[in-house]
Amino acid sequence: MVIYGVALLSFCMLVGVFVGDILGNLIGVQANVGGVGIAMLLLIVLSNLSHHKFSFGSATENGIHFWSAMYIPIVVAMAAKQNVIAAVSSGWMAIIAGVAAVAVSFALLPLLDRVRIGESDDS
Amino acid sequence: MILDSLLSVLEKNALIAAFAFVGFLVWFSYELSARLTRGHIHGSAIAIALGLILAYVGGRVSGGSQGLADFSLLSGIGVMGGAMFRDFAIVATAFGAELEALKRAGAVGAASVVIGVVLSFTVGALVAVAFGYTDPVVISTIGAGAATYIVGPVTGTALGADSGIIALSVAAGLTKSVLVMIGTPFVAQRIGLNNPHAALIYGGLMGTTSGVAGGLAATDPKLVPYGAMTATFYTGVGCLLAPSVLFLAVRAIS
Repeated sequence: MVIYGVALLSFCMLVGVFVGDILGNLIGVQANVGGVGIAMLLLIVLSNLSHHKFSFGSATENGIHFWSAMYIPIVVAMAAKQNVIAAVSSGWMAIIAGVAAVAVSFALLPLLDRVRIGESDDS
Repeated sequence: MILDSLLSVLEKNALIAAFAFVGFLVWFSYELSARLTRGHIHGSAIAIALGLILAYVGGRVSGGSQGLADFSLLSGIGVMGGAMFRDFAIVATAFGAELEALKRAGAVGAASVVIGVVLSFTVGALVAVAFGYTDPVVISTIGAGAATYIVGPVTGTALGADSGIIALSVAAGLTKSVLVMIGTPFVAQRIGLNNPHAALIYGGLMGTTSGVAGGLAATDPKLVPYGAMTATFYTGVGCLLAPSVLFLAVRAIS
């Protein structure tokens, strides 16, 4: 049943956001701390568990895949409701931040690529 | 009379109207991607860029702070693009990511995700500081935006940053995503991005799923699953670290 997948997804998100809220209170930031990340980890663990112990029906999986596929459209809608005027009026900062992050990440790739743990280097 | 009832139908069914509108926007973007860039710039990146442009136009015309959602006909955009649906869809993307595959990627693959998040966050935060921001919430939100355009808003919302700053973080993340898509094929050989091991690390360092998928597809389609796999974890790790450990670090320093 498709609703099982959607319900499982809802369960993961509610648990994650709940734990994130509690974490926020404990740390004292009065905000949700990593709720979405916790929900993702929970879903990954549950979906990996299912390969070994039991399996979701394909309809159940479709209930989750549908929302996964809606990710980009929802992000498009999110972009369309942003306060872009405010962003543009503060100029180059966003662009510089994005470009700098990419440049530094590209530069680091060859360094990390050389670290091959547990592999023999035959060069 | 026909126009009146059409408008009233759209207003009464705002969320459904938003689905139709975004569907058209995405279709149009993928057409542009295929016809004008021969697929080099991913359709999703064009759609998001168009969304931001429309939000700009919407804000100009309506004078509000909600982009297109300020028009009553498109108020459903506000619901569809709101935090509830956004987080729900993000969580759903984690489904199918394999713990086993991540373990096989080895410690370097996993470490690259954390290093990538911290690195991009730090660079973004430094740029924010260089532009004169001193509020830890603002610095963290922009740093998170330099991670991905999802980590930015999630962090900003969690920390209570205002919409303008969140929009900045989305713009930073979008710049990154578009640049990764376009730039990857040009630098791939120079940085040794020509094997699965490098692709795993690349996905973890960059993190922007659409950027990595688009960039690797334009470089060597065989590498896509490796990069995409580590990239899948990036947003989750970013959403976990940015509003918590990294924000506390920023607050402690500033």
